[in-house]
Amino acid sequence: MDNLNLIYPELFIGISLMVLLIVGVFKKNSFNLISKFTALSLLVAIPMVYINDNVSVKLFSNNYIIDELSSFLKILILASSAFALFFTNQYIKDNKIDQFEYPILIMSAILGMFVMVSSNNLIGLYLGIELQSLSLYVLASLNRDSVKSTEAGVKYFVLGALSSGLLLYGCSLIYGFTGSTNYYIIAENFDSRNLGLLFGLVFILIGLAFKISAVPFHMWTPDVYEGAPTSVTAFFALAPKVAGFGAIIRILYVAFGNVFVEWQIILIFISVASMILGAVAAIGQTNIKRLMAYSSISHMGYGLAGLATGIDEGVSASILYIFLYVVMNIGSFVCILIMKRKNIYFENIRDLSGLSKNHPVIAFSFTVFLFSLAGIPPLAGFFAKFYIFMAVIKAELFALAVIGLVTSVISAFYYLKIIKIIYFDPEQEKFDSITSKGIKFSLTFSTLLILFYFLNPSILNYFVNIASKAVQ
Amino acid sequence: MNLPILTIIIFLPLIGVLFILLTKGDEKKVNQICFNVSLLTSFLVFILSLLLWNNFDPNSAEFQFIEEQPWIGNVIKYKVGVDGISILFVVLTSFVTPICIIATSNSVKFRQKDFFIALLLMETMMLGVFCSLDIFIFYLFFEAGLIPMFLIIGIWGGIRRVYSAFKFFLYTLLGSVFMLIAIIFIYLKAGTTDIQELLKFDIDAKYQYWLWLGFFTSFAVKTPMWPVHTWLPDAHVEAPTSGSVILAAILLKMAGYGFIRFSIGFFPVASHYFAPLIFTLSIIGIIYTSLVALMQKDMKKLIAYSSVAHMGFVTIGIFAFNSQGIEGSIFQMISHGIVSAALFLSVGVIYDRMHTREIADYGGVVNTMPKYSIFFMVFILASLGLPGTSGFVGEFLVLIGVFKVNYLVSLLAATGVVLSACYSLWLYRRVVFGDVTNDNVRSLKDINKFEVMTLLPLLILTIVLGIFPNIILDTISTSVENVVTIYNSKISLLNQTNIK
Repeated sequence: MDNLNLIYPELFIGISLMVLLIVGVFKKNSFNLISKFTALSLLVAIPMVYINDNVSVKLFSNNYIIDELSSFLKILILASSAFALFFTNQYIKDNKIDQFEYPILIMSAILGMFVMVSSNNLIGLYLGIELQSLSLYVLASLNRDSVKSTEAGVKYFVLGALSSGLLLYGCSLIYGFTGSTNYYIIAENFDSRNLGLLFGLVFILIGLAFKISAVPFHMWTPDVYEGAPTSVTAFFALAPKVAGFGAIIRILYVAFGNVFVEWQIILIFISVASMILGAVAAIGQTNIKRLMAYSSISHMGYGLAGLATGIDEGVSASILYIFLYVVMNIGSFVCILIMKRKNIYFENIRDLSGLSKNHPVIAFSFTVFLFSLAGIPPLAGFFAKFYIFMAVIKAELFALAVIGLVTSVISAFYYLKIIKIIYFDPEQEKFDSITSKGIKFSLTFSTLLILFYFLNPSILNYFVNIASKAVQ
Repeated sequence: MNLPILTIIIFLPLIGVLFILLTKGDEKKVNQICFNVSLLTSFLVFILSLLLWNNFDPNSAEFQFIEEQPWIGNVIKYKVGVDGISILFVVLTSFVTPICIIATSNSVKFRQKDFFIALLLMETMMLGVFCSLDIFIFYLFFEAGLIPMFLIIGIWGGIRRVYSAFKFFLYTLLGSVFMLIAIIFIYLKAGTTDIQELLKFDIDAKYQYWLWLGFFTSFAVKTPMWPVHTWLPDAHVEAPTSGSVILAAILLKMAGYGFIRFSIGFFPVASHYFAPLIFTLSIIGIIYTSLVALMQKDMKKLIAYSSVAHMGFVTIGIFAFNSQGIEGSIFQMISHGIVSAALFLSVGVIYDRMHTREIADYGGVVNTMPKYSIFFMVFILASLGLPGTSGFVGEFLVLIGVFKVNYLVSLLAATGVVLSACYSLWLYRRVVFGDVTNDNVRSLKDINKFEVMTLLPLLILTIVLGIFPNIILDTISTSVENVVTIYNSKISLLNQTNIK
């Protein structure tokens, strides 16, 4: 076995997952303990990944890759999941769904994501996706007594299984025509005149687009976001998107890198459709979780726009976009989790009315996130969009740039609608005061990062540039 | 002088914001402290900007007081500097803001602390727009100003404030995203975002048309030009008095400044090509909005429409491409900044007493408010361009400039002068003269100390600038000449290549 030390993070997470599972089974009411230890092991795993940040190694006969891209995304996955655990703790307890399975399932989903972003092989990709998805299906129906939550889980499962089937079918076509499941060999043998291979490519793209909820494979997103417990929704909006993006970047740029022209038009279509639908469909939403679902759909559209350029800058812009998207979503979901009165959580955007009077600081932070999501300078969201459109224009996809920016104006409308409710509408009863440290910390951290990102907007460019070099 | 004076001017208001954020305690006391702090900071900014003007060398067309810091990567810099075209806008901005702050104490009754924060943020953004020498940070300031203005209209506005705030925000944002595309494209083609270098750089003529249109959409919305002016009357009517003043006096000038600096400076060929379009839209704008203004029942709306008409003169003058036209435009913008601010404040004075803006509710105000009537009269006369007031010089220069280029345009534009006399004087007659029909008018009190403090400086400036226009023209003429010379040389070069 070569260089096993490079996959220590995966091994560590796998082992601690099993240990914690055993502890959970034998010890009653162990949610607190397990949750803490899960968060701890996630934080421990971050330096373990970081040590390997500067290496680019292919393991297991070129089937598993540890490089800058995978390390960057893994750190992002770990950090965002740790944040999610911190700030959802209170919610889980208040809603009496504090089973120890919650942190454990999150951990197993993370393990799956690790495999997704590192795999250089279709089988590995599929295994990673399944490990992640199966954990997520269960998480969606975590609140077993709620009809909505169960329904969300089943919906997600049925549609997810279908998309996995399509993905697998695509994998089998690719394998059949190229004779291998390894990305490098696929890239060598890919002949764009072969219709079977193109079908395989399309099927794989469909499967992956489903996982990151890009249009037209987004149908599950609003229902699952709304039905699942808010803590789980927050998690859905963060790490799985990062992992899905990692998988897409690697398969498109490594396995199908030679047939760029074949998939570029598909990606452009998916991206444009996501931006338009995400912007237009969100306007009528009153449930804030549903609204965030559509918002994430449109953000996936922007992220994919960067990938559709096929140039270095596009890939790094997309990675940066995903990073800032994660930070903005951490902040927004923290604000959503603050919406409770007397231990009952509210989800309608009207419940935010008068927030600026009762809780000026939270109102300010939420406004910062919303303006940032809308892409208004000088907040971080603007720079994310700026880099994306810089790449798009450099690739001379002017129509894509125009559509993207116009839809960003349309989506500004519904973000403004929330700001209007926060600032312009009469006040209501106060929300409960925040006791959870996790919420306070996450809110402060994300607000400061979004607000002061403009002081040095190129601070992350170094990392994302190395990360994107890894797949060129 | 090694002092980074422009950076201090731009970001001093933010320090004021910091102070305001830190004040806590009894609401009344806090409001008083906030008022003092924000007045002090904005006044300090004004003093500094006067100092800047004093040290400014009007005989040089170069940018002065340049400061440079690397910011994003190696290309995009934080770079500020002023030349003859922009310095007066800096002075204007820092002059109007303290007046707005004083006016706030009468017109804003709740959440004053937040209002001062928004106002000071706004000042930073506006100063940043005029000082930036990098198109990227120009865009940044240009857009970031939307946030405080949106909140000012939305929180402290009138009944339809939400509608107006949304309309203002979305119109401007939609216009600006096209400018963003153009900026990114210029950056990719020229490899720099430095305005000084870009002014020397020749952008390929085949791209210029599209890029010009990208900037045009943004500036046309902001100017505002017909037919995208509809956000302005709504925003003006619903905004609180100080908000309207900022909007009319400064926000609209950003677009005029942008036309001179970017449209002509970067894209001379396209500007030449599209000048008839600008003339047409401006003429329609002047005549149409003047006629609409005649029919308004709401005072603020009337003044808002008159702003559109006056800005029509500005755009005509700029695209006459001669020194009279452009100097006239800048003069007109400064003068309009002062006069429209004064008019909105004047309307604010009686609105605060009567809580109605309907013209029909007034009549005979002169009986109870004689001092106020004098102030209002001077401003109305300046607005219609009476010789001896600042309004005259700008319009006159613009008309001369255009007359050299196109008789018809100047003839049609001149009808706008007549129409503006019609609606302004009619407004004045209906509000100030006539019989007192509304009993509330009888009990009106004349203007108080605060209101005099806001109106008197504007009154003095209106008359001084009308009598000594050279105060402004001396500062701007060298830079304007420079713009015109560069433009002419580029156009003649183009004509030569076409002939060959």
